[in-house]
Amino acid sequence: MYTQGLASGVDTNERQLEDAALLQRFQERIDAEERIEPNDWMPEAYRRTLVRQISQHAHSEIIGMQPEGNWITRAPSLRRKAALLAKVQDECGHGLYLYAAAETLGVAREEMVDQLLAGKAKYSSIFNYPTLTWADIGAIGWLVDGAAIMNQIPLCRCSYGPYARAMIRVCKEESFHQRQGYEIMLTLCRGTAEQKEMAQDALNRWWWPCLMMFGPPDSASQHTDTSTRWKIKRFTNDELRRKFVDATVPQAHFLGLTVPDPELRFDEATGHWVHGAIDWDEFKQVVAGNGPCNTQRLERRRRTEQDGAWVRAAARAFAEKEKSHRNAAAAA
Amino acid sequence: MTSIRVTETPLVTYVLRRADDALVLGHRLSEWCGKAPMMEEEMALANMGLDLIGQARALYTYAGEAEAAGHDEDALAYRRDERAYRNLLLVEQPNGDFAVTMVRQLLYAAYADPYWRAMMSSRDATLAAIAAKAEKETAYHLRHSAEWVVRLGDGTPESHERTARALMTLWPYTGELFETDAVDDAMIEAGIAVDPASLRDTWRATVADVLGRATLTMPADGYMQKGGRSGRHSEHLGHLLTELQYMQRTIPGATW
Repeated sequence: MYTQGLASGVDTNERQLEDAALLQRFQERIDAEERIEPNDWMPEAYRRTLVRQISQHAHSEIIGMQPEGNWITRAPSLRRKAALLAKVQDECGHGLYLYAAAETLGVAREEMVDQLLAGKAKYSSIFNYPTLTWADIGAIGWLVDGAAIMNQIPLCRCSYGPYARAMIRVCKEESFHQRQGYEIMLTLCRGTAEQKEMAQDALNRWWWPCLMMFGPPDSASQHTDTSTRWKIKRFTNDELRRKFVDATVPQAHFLGLTVPDPELRFDEATGHWVHGAIDWDEFKQVVAGNGPCNTQRLERRRRTEQDGAWVRAAARAFAEKEKSHRNAAAAA
Repeated sequence: MTSIRVTETPLVTYVLRRADDALVLGHRLSEWCGKAPMMEEEMALANMGLDLIGQARALYTYAGEAEAAGHDEDALAYRRDERAYRNLLLVEQPNGDFAVTMVRQLLYAAYADPYWRAMMSSRDATLAAIAAKAEKETAYHLRHSAEWVVRLGDGTPESHERTARALMTLWPYTGELFETDAVDDAMIEAGIAVDPASLRDTWRATVADVLGRATLTMPADGYMQKGGRSGRHSEHLGHLLTELQYMQRTIPGATW
């Protein structure tokens, strides 16, 4: 999902060094559904997994501003323009409080941002796809935010308190965005032939990348076990993907759109939709940095940091001057 | 799609001018999205942009009602050419660096804030209601941009220099804030509009105070650019509208 680049599990040596009693007590608290708070004892690997997961989630929000921001100046009505600007502002807000949640684990926002800019941190693969038409804004709200919600609702019960609490607010806003995106699609599908074609084209391009958002299939996922035991993750990638497909296919039908999967079928026996094979090679390429917009997204983030450097320097210099004035006044 | 032709009574023109100011400046601020020097400032720029787009929507709707020709907010925003736009030249000036954007915001908000406050006693009930909301918003825009201009002016030598340059670049567009023509005279006469001349001292005092704290010098009033109110714009507006109006012009008559 927004944190699909998570790579490793637990370092065995490290764990042996930690007090077995503390570890047992920690696991008991998790099993009892207690929240772990910043000052509580926690295994190093738990801390590290969370820092990576929360910061990747934050990076995804910040990078995710770009594909949608691409249409703010071209939104087709004043109402849509205001809604999109507000939505992208929300994403930035999510980024801010997710960084703040990660900071409770002892890592500074600057450090996390540096890792992103250095290309060392991951963010969701979905944001490496381009937004080519206005319908993409509808498709992102409907599908990308829809997929994000599937993943994030269980995170509201994540064992780490600050992350769980941040997710409650994020989820509220995301489900608003999802409805807004679906409403854009609905308007297009009830509009002119050209508008409907635009909506279908957007679904064609976003459908498969959205299924990939949930990460590799369970058979290939390395770190689900630990994350599940620690109640950071409560459903597997495949379970979440299935929930998403089950929820989304009927929505596509209601719009009168065709899901671009000739193998898609409803399984009467299980009551689930079954989709065709996902192109995992494409997913690996995008995660490895070879997606259509990977270079452009990071480049833009770096340039923004660079262009703003003099402003941040000015703000720091001014704050310093203010402080010394205050000190001088206090001394006098 | 072909452009619309607006029947401009003094009231329609007067309201359209304010609507265009708000939309064009709001659009400029929205161009910052994803490019702000820090995340907190992303939020602030979007806030101000949203306030202005909201003001524009209320004003366009009212202009459309006053014209009574069936033009809604989108028809007025998306289907008028640059010669029919009536905004101040100041607000259409490109974002430039962060100093240009903040100085532009300060120069506009130092005017708009007392303007909307005065408009709260307009004899036109709709404009008075719009003013009551806009005044609260512009008070924040003024405070925010003033804080930044002070920080940048009194920050580093580089930020000081950039801000001083922004001020020189934008100053020639400030005269237009206080220009009046027959439309304004009619509206002032009717008790609908405030006389911008009455805001000039407040504006100067506000700007002088901020520039003083920013260790910047207020430029002398030289030759002032004007023409925005009658549709004679800088070259920048056409590009802004090309982008803004793209979808409505590409698929004419559609519902979005």
